[in-house]
Amino acid sequence: MSTQSPNPAAPAAAAQPDAAKSAFTVKDFVIKFGLLIILAVMIIVFWRLEPAFANARNMFSILQAVSVTALLALGVTVTLAIAGFDLSIGSTAAMSLMASSYVMVILNQGTLLAVIVCLLLGAFIGFLNGVLIVKGRIPDLLATLGMMFLLLGLQLIPTGGRSIAKGMTLSDGSAATGSFSETFLALGRYRLFDMVPLPVIIMVVAAIILWVFMERSRYGRVLYAIGGNEKATRLAGAPVERYKIAAYMISGLFASIGGILLAARVGRGDVTSGSSLLLDSVAAALIGYAVLGAKKPNVFGTAIGALFVGTLLNGLTMLNAPYYAQDFVKGLVLVFALLFTFGFASSQRR
Amino acid sequence: MTEPEREVIRIRGLNKRFGSTHAVIDVDLDIRRGEVLALMGANGAGKSTLIKILCGVHPADSGVMEIDGEPVNFRSPLEACAAGIHTVHQIINDGVVQQLTVAENLALDEICRPEGPMLLSRTAITARAREIQAILGLDLPLGRAMSELGQAERQLVAIARALSHDPKVLILDEPTSSLSEAEAARLFALIEDLRARGVAIIYISHRMSDIRRLADRAVVMRDGRTRAEFPKPLDFDGIVHAMVGHRVSEGTRAAVSGGRTVVELRDFALTPTSAPFDLDLHEGEVVVLTGLIGAGKTELAECLFGTAAPHAGSATIDGKPLRAASPQHAIAQGVFMAHEDRGNSSLVSEFSVLHNMTLPFLRHFSKLSLVVPDQERRAAAGQVGDLAIKCPSIDVPIGSLSGGNQQKVVLGRWLIQPCRLLILDEPFQGVDIGARQDIGRRLRETAAGRATLVICADLEEATEIADRIVVMRDFSVVGGHSIDGLSLDALVAEISGAGAHATFA
Repeated sequence: MSTQSPNPAAPAAAAQPDAAKSAFTVKDFVIKFGLLIILAVMIIVFWRLEPAFANARNMFSILQAVSVTALLALGVTVTLAIAGFDLSIGSTAAMSLMASSYVMVILNQGTLLAVIVCLLLGAFIGFLNGVLIVKGRIPDLLATLGMMFLLLGLQLIPTGGRSIAKGMTLSDGSAATGSFSETFLALGRYRLFDMVPLPVIIMVVAAIILWVFMERSRYGRVLYAIGGNEKATRLAGAPVERYKIAAYMISGLFASIGGILLAARVGRGDVTSGSSLLLDSVAAALIGYAVLGAKKPNVFGTAIGALFVGTLLNGLTMLNAPYYAQDFVKGLVLVFALLFTFGFASSQRR
Repeated sequence: MTEPEREVIRIRGLNKRFGSTHAVIDVDLDIRRGEVLALMGANGAGKSTLIKILCGVHPADSGVMEIDGEPVNFRSPLEACAAGIHTVHQIINDGVVQQLTVAENLALDEICRPEGPMLLSRTAITARAREIQAILGLDLPLGRAMSELGQAERQLVAIARALSHDPKVLILDEPTSSLSEAEAARLFALIEDLRARGVAIIYISHRMSDIRRLADRAVVMRDGRTRAEFPKPLDFDGIVHAMVGHRVSEGTRAAVSGGRTVVELRDFALTPTSAPFDLDLHEGEVVVLTGLIGAGKTELAECLFGTAAPHAGSATIDGKPLRAASPQHAIAQGVFMAHEDRGNSSLVSEFSVLHNMTLPFLRHFSKLSLVVPDQERRAAAGQVGDLAIKCPSIDVPIGSLSGGNQQKVVLGRWLIQPCRLLILDEPFQGVDIGARQDIGRRLRETAAGRATLVICADLEEATEIADRIVVMRDFSVVGGHSIDGLSLDALVAEISGAGAHATFA
């Protein structure tokens, strides 16, 4: 009985050739390049107000600060692509931070083991998320919200709620014998040519790999197809459940890499370090929708989104803006970016 | 009681377009007091759109609608309700609030009234709910949550609510589709009572038994127009003709007799109560599976494509057992299927023509898991050429294509790779005649190496492409006819069946 209902896409389509003919309007231009222009303007303004902002070392500091957020945002982009969401990335990263500290400081093990444990843990958390969503049929937001709380608590249990630092007193009264190895700390602090921080390189490499995966591989194509029309993708023969679980595993894996880099930079298992990660990285991924008018989660946009957030925060800090103003500005930017993506786009369709 | 025979609704020259689809074309319709008008037609005939115009969901593009001689132009469903037109929609759950109690649902209009009291008293609601269910003579568990009720009881709640407004016109869209015999009988008694009270009732149903029992008059719609009107006593074979086969030409084309047997179904039973049947599908032959809605056509296809399991029986493909547990398995075994309702079941609206076309076969266009653009584009462009798909480029979004061209993309997708059995479920729905011919031509051109099964309720479409027409009724195959020397009358009789439970397509 419903076949006569109009195809919602059809009117949009009919309008499109006309729009293309009537050349490139200002609006099209704004939707496509608006965010990049704002980023450029922002950098110039900060540079004029505070010349130190634009020196190479500060630029790389921004990138270093951005790298952890960006890694988490890249992971969440994959879950957004399948029309899901992962709220547990922040606490996965925090979990990874605490786990690496625990392995090295309390269990007195080396860098390699710490990293492997963290990566496995991240992938396993993602796997659990995926199974809860696919097999347990819990809506993605709720499943990952539950996982977020679960992890926030779980990471504190082994140490009784305390941060992990070299020589800390253990529950049996003895002092911790292990310490962060130099190799591990280098992951967060080493600068190539005394300039380019290692986390930035890791983030850029991860972003490129993920970009190829999402944009050029058949797996990425199927992930986007699932996000667009899950039923059609299943009927086209894709094992949708496995893809969805894999998406959450990628998200967990990227979050755990972020956590490792954070632990290496901070140099202690700080229980509060991961707190702002979730919101910043979700903001980055959502701002990414507006980059180049993509209107969908995309790897390049997410990277730009993370840079955008990082630049904004660094600039505001340099200008001595109070910390509460930073969250306000972040929220403002996010709302406008979303308006770029959804509001303008849909009014264009009329 | 008001004088019968007087028109309560008078419609002249009604038109409605959605983009390129002309859904309702020059419809004239009178609805009289105290009569049950059966509105009939296949899926996509325009019944839904007409009803939606009547109850204020869509405005008409042109035409006149009068209620009791007063011209009306509804801008919202509320205005239609105020004018006395009430509708019980087919999807019941759209009409009730699951979280509220039965009493609250019955009295929902009272509760939602903007000028009503701010605080609701439970006793007042219950009292009002009692009044409303008394109209129908119902005895529903008023305190229970709606979600605890069965489909039939929900349906009764929705109907009772519509009746509480003392409607002039009551529109019932497939009201018995989820009711048991006893519940349906109760509804019929109620409808007869309403008719006696002078309410005009528009009754949409595919169930022949309902129409036999209730209808005073039947109007058949097809392709957006009212095609025929049948006064009492209703001529049922005439109704079937008007719905599915008014322009069918008999024996215009010689059938291709099939080659090697590809698919063999033996003692295949779709449900515990349906009769088991055998069916063979041969290489090179186009078989159309026809029958009314609810005859089990799609269910049979789903068993072959791995999205459902038969109750009993065996299926083989090329002599090997066909055991598909999912579309993925089915495709691996060489069974491809293009589903009905391409928007929801086949196409990814965000994707381009190219990406929609190649979705199931990306593996074939990939090296080291990376898609090789050249190979992919060549395959898609080939299909665009072969099927004469009209699109500015293969990179435009799928939504920018017309319905017919979108359907061609769906077919092209499944022609990219060779298969053993190709199933198309209602491939001509919402497809213009030119595209329909292109699709039929291409289907026949490519038919040689595989078995082809097309589900198609419309006999005109069926005879255009079929070598053999297989009829289903009551979840079982009841007959097969070669297109050579096809007798339309025999076919129609087989489709509608002697039984009273046949339902219409």
